[in-house]
Amino acid sequence: MSYMEKTIKELHEDLKNGVVTSDELVKESLKKSHEIGEKYNAFVTILDDAKGSAVTDNLLSGIPYGIKDNYSTKDVLSTGSSNTLKDYVPFFTATAIKNLEKSGAVAVNKTVLDEFGMGGTGTTGHTGVVKNPWDRTRMCAGSSSGSACAVAAGVYPYATGSDTGDSIRKPAAYCGIVGYKPTYGMISRYGLFPFASSLDHCGVLSRCVMDAAIVADNMKGIDKNDMTSWDSSDMHLYDSLNGDVKGKKICYVKEICDIENYPNASDELKSHLENFHKTLDKCRALGMDVEEVSIAKRLLNAVASVYVVISCAEATSNMSNLTGIIFGPRGEGKSYIEMMKNYRTEGFSPLIKRRFVIGSYVLQAQNKNRYFFNAQRVRRLLVDEWKKLYQKYDAVILPVGSGPAKHLDGSLDILDENTQILEEHLQIGNFGGFPSITIPNGFVSNLPVGVNITGNCYDDINVLNIAYALESSMNYRNQIAKEVE
Amino acid sequence: MNGYKVLIGLEMHCEISETKTKVFSSAANSYSDIPNSNIRPVDMAFPGTLPVVNKEAIKKALMASIILNCKQPEYIYFERKNYYYPDLPKGFQITQETKPAPVGSYGSLTYECDDELKTVRINNIHLEEDAASTDHYATVSTIDYNRAGVPLLELVTYPDFHSAKEAVSFLETMRSIYQYAGISEADSKKGQIRCDVNVSIMDENLDETKEENWGTKVEIKNVNSFGGVRDAINYEIERQIELKESGEYDKMEQQTRRWDEESGTTIYMRSKVDAIDYKYFIEPNLPKFKLSQEWLESIKESIPELAPERKEKYINEYGISNYDATIIVKEKAVADYYEDAIKLGANPKSASNWVTSIILGYLNKNDMKISELFFEPKMLVDLLKMIEDGKISSKQSKEVFYKSVEDKKEPSIIVEDLGIKQIGGEDEILKIVTEVLDEQPAAIETYKQGRTNIVDFLVGQVMKKTKGQANPAMTRSMMISEIEKR
Repeated sequence: MSYMEKTIKELHEDLKNGVVTSDELVKESLKKSHEIGEKYNAFVTILDDAKGSAVTDNLLSGIPYGIKDNYSTKDVLSTGSSNTLKDYVPFFTATAIKNLEKSGAVAVNKTVLDEFGMGGTGTTGHTGVVKNPWDRTRMCAGSSSGSACAVAAGVYPYATGSDTGDSIRKPAAYCGIVGYKPTYGMISRYGLFPFASSLDHCGVLSRCVMDAAIVADNMKGIDKNDMTSWDSSDMHLYDSLNGDVKGKKICYVKEICDIENYPNASDELKSHLENFHKTLDKCRALGMDVEEVSIAKRLLNAVASVYVVISCAEATSNMSNLTGIIFGPRGEGKSYIEMMKNYRTEGFSPLIKRRFVIGSYVLQAQNKNRYFFNAQRVRRLLVDEWKKLYQKYDAVILPVGSGPAKHLDGSLDILDENTQILEEHLQIGNFGGFPSITIPNGFVSNLPVGVNITGNCYDDINVLNIAYALESSMNYRNQIAKEVE
Repeated sequence: MNGYKVLIGLEMHCEISETKTKVFSSAANSYSDIPNSNIRPVDMAFPGTLPVVNKEAIKKALMASIILNCKQPEYIYFERKNYYYPDLPKGFQITQETKPAPVGSYGSLTYECDDELKTVRINNIHLEEDAASTDHYATVSTIDYNRAGVPLLELVTYPDFHSAKEAVSFLETMRSIYQYAGISEADSKKGQIRCDVNVSIMDENLDETKEENWGTKVEIKNVNSFGGVRDAINYEIERQIELKESGEYDKMEQQTRRWDEESGTTIYMRSKVDAIDYKYFIEPNLPKFKLSQEWLESIKESIPELAPERKEKYINEYGISNYDATIIVKEKAVADYYEDAIKLGANPKSASNWVTSIILGYLNKNDMKISELFFEPKMLVDLLKMIEDGKISSKQSKEVFYKSVEDKKEPSIIVEDLGIKQIGGEDEILKIVTEVLDEQPAAIETYKQGRTNIVDFLVGQVMKKTKGQANPAMTRSMMISEIEKR
């Protein structure tokens, strides 16, 4: 077994005991980066000059990791996987990455995402499609596609991600790993290329809950450059992992989890939900109370629209700084308007342009109340509904998606409009800024599937502990992707 | 304006110059001639940068809101105004648009115009960020981001002004408030003040309190000096009256025009129907925060003495005229100069005479600001002391002042350099008086015949001989008593 397939704690012990050096780890990780890059197209940049760092008492010191390419990194190309920034080399580093640097972590590559995080397939980055390391004909989901792919393939134990709708937690499920986005504002967003500021979260993809906790501990912290960040210095995620979940109360939503909701359910969906209920049994076996709750279907059905309206509206404004005048490849033209138009027309993929049109439309004076304000109202209703659940329950547990990774060739998947809520419910975690983690909970069609645990704001420790206990009662901890035929 | 009533409203933008840093950025908030020297990544909207509110800017904005008798909001938050323009790096401006977001809503201010007190209603005052500045040349345009992110207060009045004079008087009052409250230098030469003006006319006999009687509103953008505001309003009134007279007024649509300083005219920009939809929404990166009553109270208490209070003090405590006090308080820097001189021991009345006539005269003539003047309050005090002590005459003192300012030397040194001294010794003056009387027997005759004003001529002769250095009062009294003796 290669070092890069170990957990952070194991690697730290090896480093401490002189079994291996940081330089050797970096070398191995770089070698794997090239292999995996070639096979699955997971990276925008591989940092071949990366060198090992001093090993300290910090668990991350000396250990390689990957950075999603929408984090600003000083002197290192940062593209957001967009042609509009294909040559952009920032002169400042995102706070979260700076914090990891301070811990002694060594970045070895920048990973591919859906352009600016605005997609869930891993197919819209300017460097091409990212393939699933379990099955190259399938997608990783997105937008943290490259990070999920690389962690699953054993390039390093963890990579940073960002999550606006489910961009960490869905790819984690499709790749059979852990994806964690902490409470909104726990990790500073300074230096993260924005998609939708009120929904954007920084987070981590790893292969076990403990690693996720260790990394989040080192990424987080109040930041004078991000007014939405808050002081979590008395919150020690890793130290708080004790696996003691006896008496914890969790719930799942009937309208999402019951097979009765899906009259045309595919076999994969059936197995996925059966598997989810087996996971609930494991929770019960761990001493947790598991209850079924009911949420109005009308409200749940609005999740996807609310997300589209709010995220597109914020995105169109957030990305108005992309004019090609200050940074990015400058467009040709006789006037500044022409220059901007040409730059944006050539630079953005059709998917993003469509979202800009939607965002612009819903903010127009004559449409704003009907779309934008209503979306905000429904967002509030949904968050209130979840907050009500948290008065009674420690967390909500739900299956991720409607099954394993979808095919890159969309015609191979059966379209089922009824399953929309299964695909979209993770967005509620972004509406409320809730701490939310996905862990692998089994296989369907020989491909990994995931389960998600979401708790109340600032209740990250509880969420991580439940995931930690559940993980230890299953056999998918630290699994490495193996291609299935 | 025969037969017409004019309604004028103002949007006054004033940069807050008295904070250390910009409103949402840690870059220095200071005017610089070197382009792009006061900038941070956020001022150029590099990807991933975030705005951070400057509390000091909010404090100053709230102070202005309190002075304008506005209502302060329960929560402070900001909104994005989305539009593309080369001077707007983010593609949106962070501002406060929708009530109750502005730092102040629905206030009023009393101001003086032609010795009459008038009141204008304030719709709102809000805090926002300034844009970068651009210069356009034949083949290139340049952008200077120093100004991008400088805190800007936008004040919106109701159309309560009826003449250019009223509007300008109000603007002068506001400038004074901004200066005295330590909010801004409010220097239009540095581009710190910019105005949009809206003008409409209506028939004189209609009731202006009823909005349906108002004429068609014409907004004039980017008027950057008070003189410009005056001229733009007067031009626009004339233009609209001409349209009325020629029967074309009803065809005029609500529109935005631009003031062109060179031609002294307003130029059509766009009609109301082409108004830009700014797609406002709340800035998600700046969490809204609750304003505490304690903070508002402490801001209220920290409002410094404003011009009217100072003026009252000068009249009642220092005994100077209303006219002089008005001149002194017009510019805060001048009033500060005056008060400094008094603190250093100057006689308030003499200091007032000097400041209002000689010093301000000199500044106006040379288009200078008092802060640029070499002659500090201490020097004025020294100079006044020399006059008081009879060391120099008041005529000489003026000469010393000009020389001191030009040569940048202290008055005492100038006096020494020029060898100026007042001949104040009785013996010395007596000697010259006697000399003059000996030379002018005819004049003595004239005096004796009753034409006593010949004394002026004789004193003048003494001054000529002494090159003006004789103490005139002493010379005169000595001259009279010497003539009487003959």
